[in-house]
Parts: sequence; C-alpha cells; structure tokens
Amino acid sequence: MPKMSLSHFEMAILFALFTSIALGITGKTGKQEQIRYAAYCFGSFVLALFGLGWLMYFGHH
Amino acid sequence: MTTAVKNDIATEPAQSWFLPVLMTWIAPGAGYFLVKSPSRGGIMAGLSVVMFALGLMMRGTFFEPQTGDLLTTVIYCGGWAANLASGSLYMVAKALGYSAPDVANHVVDYGTKFLVGSGLVNILAMVDVYEIASRKKS
Repeated sequence: MPKMSLSHFEMAILFALFTSIALGITGKTGKQEQIRYAAYCFGSFVLALFGLGWLMYFGHH
Repeated sequence: MTTAVKNDIATEPAQSWFLPVLMTWIAPGAGYFLVKSPSRGGIMAGLSVVMFALGLMMRGTFFEPQTGDLLTTVIYCGGWAANLASGSLYMVAKALGYSAPDVANHVVDYGTKFLVGSGLVNILAMVDVYEIASRKKS
C-alpha cells in the first residue's frame, strides 16, 4: 500500500469535498438540488476551515 | 382472514428495507442497487471506498472500544462503531492484519479521520437506502 502525505490544508479540503458530495446525495432529491446543496456544504466547510484557522492563529500569537 | 391481511401489510415494509440496509452495511453502496438507485449507489460506494483507501494510505489507526471518563468512552466507542460501519472494508483490512501505530503526526491523524469518515458516509447511505426502501423518499 503506497504511503500518502499531504499538507493539512489539502487533506482538510479533500475531506470536505468527499463529505459534501455524500451530504448532497443523501440530503436532497433531484440532481440540481443535490449539486446546489453539495456546493453549499463545501463552501460552509471551507469557510469554517479558514475561520477556525485564523481563530487558532490569533489564539497562538 | 382480515387479521392475516393486516399482518401482511404490517410486515411488508420491514421485509423490504432490511436486506438493502444490510447489503449497504456489508458492501457500501450495494443496497442502492436493490432499491433501483444505481447511480446513487455507485457514487456512495466510490466515496466510501476512496475515503477508506486514503485513510489506509495515510496510515490512519482503527479505534478499539475503551471506557473510562465520558469523553474517552464517547470518542473510542463512537470511533470504533464508525469504523465498524464501513462493513467489509473494515473487516477485510482487519483480516489482512492492518494495524498502524497511533503516532503524533498530522497525516496519521487525518488518516484516522478518513477511516471514521468512510464509516459515517456509509451510515448516511444506510439511512438513505432505508428511506428510499420504505417510500419516505424517492
């Protein structure tokens, strides 16, 4: 099994992407709505990622 | 006669959702094929398998049930349940002897989260299959 090593940010984005697709598919019916909801979830994940990242940065300095 | 008909109606939904949900647990995405939603099944299976494979490639660790204070119990028992929700993926990895040491490293930490996430995605799939099979969702 090959070993994988990505940065914190890349892994968090990857996790957000997969989870958003799953939430989009199971959360809504109809292709358009599913895509819109997945995009909304992904945007929320990324926003939270940056928000929490900056929060931790200022908490440290 | 009337009682027999009533009993048939009462037991019909239970018979129709049990097998698809069980199949989804054992082989992620498989239950969708039984409820005739193959495209959803393919995507959910792909997500579960890819997340699990990424977790293994990052050398994530599997949780073992552990009790103690509340937080330890919730994290370890919950993590173990989520790992178990991956069904055959978890069982095959365990059977083949996969066991990564829990080291303090951000890659390993994310790997553990991906392994747990794969199981959680499969739980979402099981709930979705249940709702489709019991006609609560189209």
